[in-house]
Amino acid sequence: MAEKTYNITAETGIHARPATQLVNKAGQYESEITLNYKGKSVNLKSIMGVMSLGVGQGSEVSIKAEGPDEEEAISALDEVMKQGLAE
Amino acid sequence: MSSQLTGIAASAGIAIGKAFRYEEPDLTVEKKTDVDAGKEIKNFDAALEKSRAELEDIKEKTRRDMGDEHAEIFSAHLLVLSDPEFVDAVRQKVQDDKVNASFALNELADQFIMMFESMDNEYMKERAADIRDVSKRVLAHLLGKPIVSLAEIKEEVIVVGEDLTPSDTAQLNKEFVKGFVTNIGGRTSHSAIMARSLEIPAVVGTKSVTNDTEQHEMIIVDGISGTVIIGPSEDELAAYRRKYDEFEKQKQEWAKLKNEPSVSKDGVHVELAANIGTPDDLEGVHNNGAEGIGLYRTEFLYMGREELPTEEEQFTAYKKVVESLDGRPVVIRTLDIGGDKELPYLDLPEEMNPFLGFRAIRLCLEMDDMFRTQLRALLRASAYGNLKIMFPMIATLQEFREAKAILEEEKQKLQKEGTDVNDKLELGIMVEIPSTAVMAPQFAKEVDFFSIGTNDLIQYTMAADRMNERVSYLYQPYSPAILSLVKMVIDASHKEGKWTGMCGEMAGDSTAIPLLLGLGLDEFSMSATSVLPARSQLLQLSKEEAAKAAEEALTYSTAEEVQEMVEKRFL
Repeated sequence: MAEKTYNITAETGIHARPATQLVNKAGQYESEITLNYKGKSVNLKSIMGVMSLGVGQGSEVSIKAEGPDEEEAISALDEVMKQGLAE
Repeated sequence: MSSQLTGIAASAGIAIGKAFRYEEPDLTVEKKTDVDAGKEIKNFDAALEKSRAELEDIKEKTRRDMGDEHAEIFSAHLLVLSDPEFVDAVRQKVQDDKVNASFALNELADQFIMMFESMDNEYMKERAADIRDVSKRVLAHLLGKPIVSLAEIKEEVIVVGEDLTPSDTAQLNKEFVKGFVTNIGGRTSHSAIMARSLEIPAVVGTKSVTNDTEQHEMIIVDGISGTVIIGPSEDELAAYRRKYDEFEKQKQEWAKLKNEPSVSKDGVHVELAANIGTPDDLEGVHNNGAEGIGLYRTEFLYMGREELPTEEEQFTAYKKVVESLDGRPVVIRTLDIGGDKELPYLDLPEEMNPFLGFRAIRLCLEMDDMFRTQLRALLRASAYGNLKIMFPMIATLQEFREAKAILEEEKQKLQKEGTDVNDKLELGIMVEIPSTAVMAPQFAKEVDFFSIGTNDLIQYTMAADRMNERVSYLYQPYSPAILSLVKMVIDASHKEGKWTGMCGEMAGDSTAIPLLLGLGLDEFSMSATSVLPARSQLLQLSKEEAAKAAEEALTYSTAEEVQEMVEKRFL
């Protein structure tokens, strides 16, 4: 399993465009990928799951991937996260 | 037998064509049990596929016509269609419960909608609407009653509907949509303003057109008189074809005035300018020979999106407009949100009286960061042409001074950073609130210009909500009360060597024009399509006669008397 933790820096949190980009990216990988926030875990390939978390600015989140391409998935998602969304 | 309806003439012109009823099909779902699950799932997948293709189309069209920003919302819609938590759950439910796919889809969509609606955040509540939108589309395909979007219209039609929202009108294709008729709305409602900027004939507020019109029935829209004829006879068709030709000929006559100056018969020049909402409206401004832009409503930059526009985006839009006007004046109004215009992402509480509430400059002064971003973009754009800034809804001098101080701060910051700013930038205010009109002499010492916003000035002076049709009789632009306020503002500005414009509907109204000319108005800003008719009228008017008429009008007792006098003398 691969995992990475982030601090959300975007003023608007994970919604709208960043959520769309994350879900689109996650959908390209075979591994099971989850977004974890405040003890809740949702499928990162599900736009509604991601939006339902309501992740705001300053939140701690983690992304976990498990499967044949988990490393590639985490590094691709890392790129999306670092584009002004989180650090 | 033909039938006739009367509504409000929202956009001039004649259109004759087949009615296209724009409405939602009945999507009631029945529960069926013991279904063939495999077949249901196959139907569901096919419906998903069709919906996906449609959304891709709409997204592409939106991207082409309105830019990436506006298209973004459809990317999110597309993701809902492939959301495993959603579509797999529907398949699962069909499989496990042996129910029909439409029922399963409805149930699961409702669950998600409820979840988002119950969230304590305006933004998340809006997402419920997205899910409803997308699942309706899929459901419509499952039930074999596809939802037709306005963007998909591929033949010449006249759109008939309850009302058209901003996103509906954004999808209208002028090539195919020859006119529209709605049940509700008034001359200043969004659909009417859009119709004029698209130059599509329209009649709004007919109350019953959706009940009276069959799909594909022939229909005539007379946007000059506000008449709609459903199922016209041969004679009526012939009469209106003539009227159409006359109007086209008239338009050609007007077009000859495109590069002529706007002067009265006795040689007095006034400025005829256009109101715009987005840089897309520039084409209309140039085609109609406007001498400037008297009102650029910046709200549209903020609407139909998920977050505030950045300084860079705003700068690009403002720069494009001032450059395109090539030295001619462009009056840009800072954000006027609140009232009937909402921004979901600002998450503002609902108000009892939004028109009297937290809106426009009141909101901007409190949401300082947002205001500063806009002012910086405006200041930067001011280096590229003749840009003037105007604050909306100013009620007190204190508000103006505060807004001006913020502007000065940002100006100095920019100059310190070495950014070019027009140092002589004119700064004005909208006069929409009676207190400001009454205090115009004091304001005139501090502002560079006034622009009278008549739609709001009338509503606040008469205490009549302009969205409420039952009190619409109080919308009286020719009332001596309104004319007196207009005179006070104009006189006060001239006394200080300043100027006054008007950017409400009244400025382009043929009955009001003689009165306004007579009162000494300097700039008339209107829908671009009204500029040439106004110029043609102005050429026939004498300022001296108009001034006499205006002076008399101020002594009259009712708006009707004023109207009658003007029509008798000038029309």
